[in-house]
Amino acid sequence: MTAEIGLAALWLAAALAVLQMVSGFAGLRAPADAAHPLAIYTRPAAIVQACLAVLAFFMLLRAFAVTDLSLKLVAANSHSMKPFIYKVTGTWGNHEGSMLLWVGVLAASGGLLARFERRLPERTIGATLAVQGFVALGFYAFLLLSSNPFERLPVPAAEGSGLNPLLQDIGLAVHPPTLYAGYVGLSVAFSLAMGALLTREVNPSFARVMRPWVLGAWVLLTLGITAGSYWAYYELGWGGWWFWDPVENASLMPWLAATALMHSVSVLAARDALRTWTIMLGVLAFSMSMLGTFLVRSGVLTSVHAFAVDPERGAFILALLAINIGGAFTVFALRAGAVAEGKRFAAVSRESALVFNNVMLSAILAIVLLGTLYPLLTEAFDVRVSVGPPYFNPAAAMFAIPMLLVMAVGPLLRWREDKPARLQFELALLASVAIAVIALIAVLGDFPLLPLLGLGLAPALALAAVLPLRGRRLARVPVATWGMVIAHFGIAVSLFGMACEGAFTEERLAAVAPGGTEQVGDFAVTLDSVAPVAGPNWTAIEATLSVSEDGGPPVILTPQARTFWSPPQSTSESALLTRWNGQLYAVIGNQTEDGRWQVRLWWKPFVTFIWLGGMLVALGGVLAIAGRVRVDLRRRMAAQKGAERRADLEALGAQPVPAE
Amino acid sequence: MKAKHQRLVLVVIAVAAIIGAGLLAAWALRNQANYFYLPEQMAATPPAVGQAVRLGGMVKPGSIVTERDGVTVNFMVTGNSADAIPVRYSGILPDLFVEGSGVVAEGSLSPDGVFIATNLLAKHDENYVPREMEGMGTEKAAKMAADTTVGLK
Repeated sequence: MTAEIGLAALWLAAALAVLQMVSGFAGLRAPADAAHPLAIYTRPAAIVQACLAVLAFFMLLRAFAVTDLSLKLVAANSHSMKPFIYKVTGTWGNHEGSMLLWVGVLAASGGLLARFERRLPERTIGATLAVQGFVALGFYAFLLLSSNPFERLPVPAAEGSGLNPLLQDIGLAVHPPTLYAGYVGLSVAFSLAMGALLTREVNPSFARVMRPWVLGAWVLLTLGITAGSYWAYYELGWGGWWFWDPVENASLMPWLAATALMHSVSVLAARDALRTWTIMLGVLAFSMSMLGTFLVRSGVLTSVHAFAVDPERGAFILALLAINIGGAFTVFALRAGAVAEGKRFAAVSRESALVFNNVMLSAILAIVLLGTLYPLLTEAFDVRVSVGPPYFNPAAAMFAIPMLLVMAVGPLLRWREDKPARLQFELALLASVAIAVIALIAVLGDFPLLPLLGLGLAPALALAAVLPLRGRRLARVPVATWGMVIAHFGIAVSLFGMACEGAFTEERLAAVAPGGTEQVGDFAVTLDSVAPVAGPNWTAIEATLSVSEDGGPPVILTPQARTFWSPPQSTSESALLTRWNGQLYAVIGNQTEDGRWQVRLWWKPFVTFIWLGGMLVALGGVLAIAGRVRVDLRRRMAAQKGAERRADLEALGAQPVPAE
Repeated sequence: MKAKHQRLVLVVIAVAAIIGAGLLAAWALRNQANYFYLPEQMAATPPAVGQAVRLGGMVKPGSIVTERDGVTVNFMVTGNSADAIPVRYSGILPDLFVEGSGVVAEGSLSPDGVFIATNLLAKHDENYVPREMEGMGTEKAAKMAADTTVGLK
């Protein structure tokens, strides 16, 4: 029954998406003062649709939890012997399930918007929900027509064929849902931008409604990318933390656009400038989410995440992409001219610093986008290439470095107009820190250029991040400002981690006989023994390494080479020893003919700072949301109190004055 | 500055930066893209020494030799013709790297004509199934490679 309920809920939700779209657009056609009779259905339709889509997702979750092997999807992707947690997370570890999750989150956020958002004019909300319905409808069609998650098998399978072992990891439990929620948050920002554009309401109050969605999406994308990077780091066993893999890029591109959008929407909310630019970025950010979904889901790029290699599905998503993005840019082209010019600002001002960084982020986005799509383009001409770090690192850095420099100065500038002379001291301080550090490190050793620049920039950025707090009473600094400070500080921390990893990593690769010792960094690593072990659905060769730091007491590390039997596949489980100043990374390889074992060791100084910084950035985003929401609630309460008092006064005034 | 004027300046700057990024990308891609070679292609028109490329083919039976350090492996990669490219790799071998299996080696040619691989992709690395191995028609090497690298299900 579960599957049938889920399927029915999905069809009903699709029907409601049509209603939501029709009634929302109908509301647009009515004259400004009169409500269209159909328009009242928009909000209820969105809310009920959200409930149905979430119900459908929970039905699939249940089918996976109990391993209902009569479902084709479960049989193809699960196994009765799998640990329970991976049965559940396996729900979205496949194409259909992850698309259902996508749609579920999309509908849920539309429902939230319909239920709680009362600040915007009803026409704008109607248009927004109509756009949201339109986007959702495309995905419902995709699910129902070409990738039905609830398809039954004519004869239930005796046993499932399992889940890619690389994906049997707690990283998978959090990584895709976080990213999807981020993608979908951007879809709300997109719908709001379209709604505002259609009803000519591009103004600060619209920006204040859009901001929490953008911030929320951005926080989730930040966390998703951070988690994904760490997952790739310890699960793939290659010791790297970013591979410029197409799928990583697919999550990075929306993040870049969202970062730009978040800053520009703040300018719109605070200063009423950058109106058209914000709308444009709203469209761009969601386009990148869609493109990311297309790249990952269509199988045009093969990687660990590409579950389905099915041309029909690829064509379907490509068509959706073309309709949504093409439509959005058409509306944009038709209406952008009608958006009134916002407030102006001088060339030296916080606005222009933000504009500069927006442009740099867009340029990095263009670099990443072209690099990701280039192999597809050349394949059309029968030339097979792959694009990797030798392209991405320098090309992205060329724009990232000016961006980081301006990021250091931007928050110190005043809105609207400022004089560079006012910041002489700060500029001199930051420049001298950066130059001193670079000079010192260049003298100490011979390091590649990019890590060297990163090492110099990181302390300067960290200092610059806290400079806006100078001369302020810390207790009175708004929460949102703390958010900005912490996020910028997080960028510095992350950059420091990346630069240290790039400059100071030590690697040791050797074949070691049991009892033998290898030295890496300050660590002496002894191979004690190698023994077979078994898990619930795998067997492995496990090495026992005793690691002693500077002759101190030994710590035991147990890297494994695992072999899964359903589906048959091998993975390398790295073992990590975390210190405050870095990580020791150990991988076990094959046995050589003379009985020695291949061991690969890395000492990566401060590598953990990369993800620590990512988490700080996300924390900054959370604080920014919290600060805005608090201010908003206070404002509402004050308005309510004021209204009550006025009502009281009126009531008093209406009373006849009693005689003394 | 006039209102319209400022907007125009902003648009021009933005467009210039994006076009600049595009041109830079195009230029860098021409130089930095990692081309794929079959052994016979590499024998006929070798890439420049040190240029990062990928070499894909079949591990020649009987050619795998492990050096005394236990981590460096030498082997030959063959394709459709008799050409064989010697490859050297230091590192942990993919599990299903055996004689006669398909392999894609990432790396560059050294001056003495040995291909120094920095990474080997084989069936073990399902995360990076060598795309180059797909759809190469009836070519024998590619077919064998595809059988051992893609046909997992």
